[in-house]
Amino acid sequence: MEYFIELFFSGLTRGSIYALIALGYTMVYGIIGLINFAHGEIYMIGAFTSFIVATVLSIYGFPLLSIVLLAGLAAAVWSASYGFTIERIAYRPLRQAPRLSALISAIGMSIFLQNYVLLAQTSDFQPFPELIPDFDFMEPYAHVVGSSDIVILLTTAVSMIALTLLIKFSRVGKAMRATSQDRTMAMLVGINVNNVISMTFIIGSALAAIGGMLIASHIGQINFFIGFIAGIKAFTAAVLGGIGSIPGAVLGGFVLGLTESFATGYVSSDYEDVFAFSLLVLILIFKPAGLLGREETQKV
Amino acid sequence: MSRPVLQVEGLSMDFGGIRAMCELDLEVDQGQIVALIGPNGAGKTTFFNCVTGIYNPTEGSIFLNPPDGGKAIRLNGLKPNQVTEKGMARTFQNIRLFQKMTVLENVMIGRHCRTRSYIAGAVFKTRATRREERQTVEISYQILEKVGLAEVVNELAENLPYGAQRRLEIARALATEPFLLLLDEPAAGMNPQETQELDDLIKRIRDEGHSILLIEHDMKLVMSLSDKIYVVDYGKKIAEGSPQQVSSDPAVIKAYLGEDIDA
Repeated sequence: MEYFIELFFSGLTRGSIYALIALGYTMVYGIIGLINFAHGEIYMIGAFTSFIVATVLSIYGFPLLSIVLLAGLAAAVWSASYGFTIERIAYRPLRQAPRLSALISAIGMSIFLQNYVLLAQTSDFQPFPELIPDFDFMEPYAHVVGSSDIVILLTTAVSMIALTLLIKFSRVGKAMRATSQDRTMAMLVGINVNNVISMTFIIGSALAAIGGMLIASHIGQINFFIGFIAGIKAFTAAVLGGIGSIPGAVLGGFVLGLTESFATGYVSSDYEDVFAFSLLVLILIFKPAGLLGREETQKV
Repeated sequence: MSRPVLQVEGLSMDFGGIRAMCELDLEVDQGQIVALIGPNGAGKTTFFNCVTGIYNPTEGSIFLNPPDGGKAIRLNGLKPNQVTEKGMARTFQNIRLFQKMTVLENVMIGRHCRTRSYIAGAVFKTRATRREERQTVEISYQILEKVGLAEVVNELAENLPYGAQRRLEIARALATEPFLLLLDEPAAGMNPQETQELDDLIKRIRDEGHSILLIEHDMKLVMSLSDKIYVVDYGKKIAEGSPQQVSSDPAVIKAYLGEDIDA
């Protein structure tokens, strides 16, 4: 039973990170119908930014809490500026072009960013400082769930609630929903659609960066390639839940994380991806729109 | 002497080699209801799309003159959201509501370009943001009351009956505070009673100081509402004038009923 709980929490932790990244995929898809393949790289850049900032700050002897907060903030802001810039230079000029062009542009962006970080940071794994200490009150449970698992879970939960409230109630959120439903009409009621799209990229990128920092600290090492794997997995999570749906991305993330964790624990870690992607295939066969996605009906 | 709120001169629109609209002139005076009529495919909706910035017209100029005496605004090349911000709103022939949003939210969206609060304000719930949100809700309620939808504010737009959806579209357009309202076939698909209610609603909107330009096929409605009518066919203007003048114009009769074989 203890083993089960341990696997359960490790699955939730993985799932949280997948969900945080998947939100970026699903929001962008919902609003402009594009799979932003460079999103995984945004996550990787977030991890590197927090790595650099945390390292510098710890040299100057900052207390741990302020290091975590400042590194997280720096990662979110820096990644958000990447997200914003990528949309401006790689996607906006292709807004009217066929979807395939934008998709290829996204893949190009992804490869470019990977190689740029490869050149800047080499291909070696860098040891990532442990940003989340073991809390004393967690001591009795430490054999099943670590402190950083709890921090990751809480951070994810808070981000998701905040995002949901923002989209449901704020002026910007309403504009996002309107834009995703009917872009031309949104313009005609006076919404600056370009700003709304930029905002979507900024929010999605900031969430991915925070996920990047948390998981890097959890695992303890990073290199230029972590974004690719995480990106593919998060994309799978988004499709699993129903791409375009925000609760779907969260659910998909957790389902995927738990599946992987149990597959690793009860079968073998070699079979982790086999189970994850078999699940994807099965769900797409029986529910092509994903768990919470709506069937797409072609309008006449 | 007053100037027209909308002044269109020599407007032409080409799609590839096809001229959908040819040197159209049109004026809407402050506080008037002007109708644009013509057979199907005459270029009426193309005209609306040019004026609201969805299409960029090939030739001609479009000027908006704010009734408060502000500077004339050239609309050519502006984006739809900028046109809306200048004070012109429109509805669509086939209803284009935000179906998955509530009635109230649809109208609140219309307030977007008249409000300023941004993400930081929403996160920290600043006083300015809260006041603005309260105002937005208040104004939206007033508008919904005006069009008779105050009872169903929390209903999803897609669940409304057809006539109510049309009125909601007008409400959303009104929320952007336009001085000129463009209505694209507002009575399409309505039964006689709904059409009569629409007739009253449009007159009420006019009496509040909005100018209105409408495309409509329901001739009874057009004759009852309009101060002035423009008739287009094959992208060209074939007549203009009061309802009486237009309805007795031989060119109009020809366009609508075809030519007499003996003539």
